[in-house]
Amino acid sequence: MARTIGRKRSKIAKHENGNKSAYGFLAPYLILFSIFIIIPIAIAIGLSFTNFDTIQFPTWKGFLNYVTLITQDEIFMQYVLPNTVKYAIVVGIGGYVLSFLIAWALAQLTSVPRTILAIIFYSPSMTGAVAMAVVWKIIFSGDQMGLLNSWLMNLGIIDEPVIWLTSSTYLLPIMIIVALWSSMGVGFLAMLAGILNADEELYEAAAIDGVKNRFQEMIYITIPTMKPQMLFGAVMAIVGAFQNGAIGVSLSGANPTPGYAGQLIVNHIEDYGFIRYEMGYAAAVSVVLLLIVMVFSKIFSKLFKEKD
Amino acid sequence: MAGYRGSNINPKKFERGQIKILLVLLPLAVFMAIPIVYIFCHAFKPMDELFAFPPKILVSKPTWNNFSNLFKASQSSGIPMSRYVFNSIIVTGLVVLASIVFSTMAAFALSKLRFKGKYTIMEVNNAALMFVAVAVQIPRYLVVDFLSLKDTYLAHVLPLLAMPVGLFLVKQFIDQVPDALIEAAYIDGAKDFLIYRKIILPLIKPAIATTAILAFQGVWTNIETSNLYINDEAMKTLPFYLNTLANANNNVAGQGIQAAAVLIQFLPNLLMFIILRKSFMNTMANSGIK
Repeated sequence: MARTIGRKRSKIAKHENGNKSAYGFLAPYLILFSIFIIIPIAIAIGLSFTNFDTIQFPTWKGFLNYVTLITQDEIFMQYVLPNTVKYAIVVGIGGYVLSFLIAWALAQLTSVPRTILAIIFYSPSMTGAVAMAVVWKIIFSGDQMGLLNSWLMNLGIIDEPVIWLTSSTYLLPIMIIVALWSSMGVGFLAMLAGILNADEELYEAAAIDGVKNRFQEMIYITIPTMKPQMLFGAVMAIVGAFQNGAIGVSLSGANPTPGYAGQLIVNHIEDYGFIRYEMGYAAAVSVVLLLIVMVFSKIFSKLFKEKD
Repeated sequence: MAGYRGSNINPKKFERGQIKILLVLLPLAVFMAIPIVYIFCHAFKPMDELFAFPPKILVSKPTWNNFSNLFKASQSSGIPMSRYVFNSIIVTGLVVLASIVFSTMAAFALSKLRFKGKYTIMEVNNAALMFVAVAVQIPRYLVVDFLSLKDTYLAHVLPLLAMPVGLFLVKQFIDQVPDALIEAAYIDGAKDFLIYRKIILPLIKPAIATTAILAFQGVWTNIETSNLYINDEAMKTLPFYLNTLANANNNVAGQGIQAAAVLIQFLPNLLMFIILRKSFMNTMANSGIK
């Protein structure tokens, strides 16, 4: 016994720190990771301090882009930021809570109905941005042929068809509904798997120790035992919400969206970057977006990170 | 009765308590499913049903007309739809294969090999889980342009290969493989690559299936690469064509064609998930960020 342990240790020691072939295994991934994730972030940060119109070489502007963004960009302050905050809170956080509750409810069913329902809840997230826009454009079609209009007129709630997607009142709520619809993604499945993986004895012990109902059980047993999955789900929810941010433009068919009603920070970047070619300014907005995502993720880490 | 007996996570048989849960979940599931069922039926509706008023969700006399019209519509635009389908299949195949190989290799190194910088790389990759690609689409465009990748298949493929979530999930899965197995192989004189190929790969099939699903979903519906990096129409992919259709035919007749195109986009995704879902859930059980 002692000899095998000794031999094992020497083998590990041989591979300690010095394994050169590890870099070979990592190289393809790391090179692509650097080129398409690290370098673009670095360029965005660099460009955000410059004035760049894609033709002339960037000129240094210091923090001017950020200052302009906060003090002079009325569209950003009046529409883009409030829209983004509302959208991120309802879709990011609301969608996350909803995914968890649905996953939790699904875990209490037997295997067959659970699998069928899980596929139904997960499938909207597989449609992809373009298909999603097509599907909902048909449902929210602005004439009486639109499914929603026809239903609402049938029920007598509205008398005339509503032009949903170009209305500045309805666009943001519709975007939020559509985004929530597609928010049961990878994080949702991760949380479902996490709940199903729980130790059954823990639940029995908790019932003996005085846990009185499903709700208490969720708060005191389920969530604490699956913190790592909760954190993964949270990060996926936030990233998913922002990644889908262009949805207002695809639904309404215009950037800027009608009356800036559905303008989110991602659309603001496209507006300045690809329509006005003010790349330096657009880069500053990108950096702000990355920071927002980071702040959200940090908050969730605080909540769910396990202490060593 | 001794009061609450502890709820049954993953119950083996049906009990009355589950009815409450079903009552809450079923209406939600209907809301989730309506758009998909609607678009599915729309794709098979003949013209008179597309124009029917009031509109109906289900189809009564299904036809393949919308699909044949979809192919005809593309013939008149100069580039046949088969070209977009071909491009999409090539690009998707390359992305799925390469991301499986690259992320399993990198995950093996991060999980089982010892070398300098390992923890830093893991930390950076974990931070990159919150990477929002749309935020840096402009710098990414500059990079693709600088590398002269524009109008090549590589422009579709390379930007999607570095998938932090994929690497993260595979690494978590490889962590479950006992070190003793690998130690034994070292003692028998195996080199790292042989261990990767003969021990790791056969043991992590669920994680491979998961990477395949995630990579497939990332690329099959991706429109950014066609929009930003490709000017040559003949090099663009299916989602791009679908988007053109969606913007061009915004009338009721066009809806049937669009619905057919949506199905072509959506069904492969759904089928792949249904087939591989056990592996997927198996991997997800190890997905926690510690």
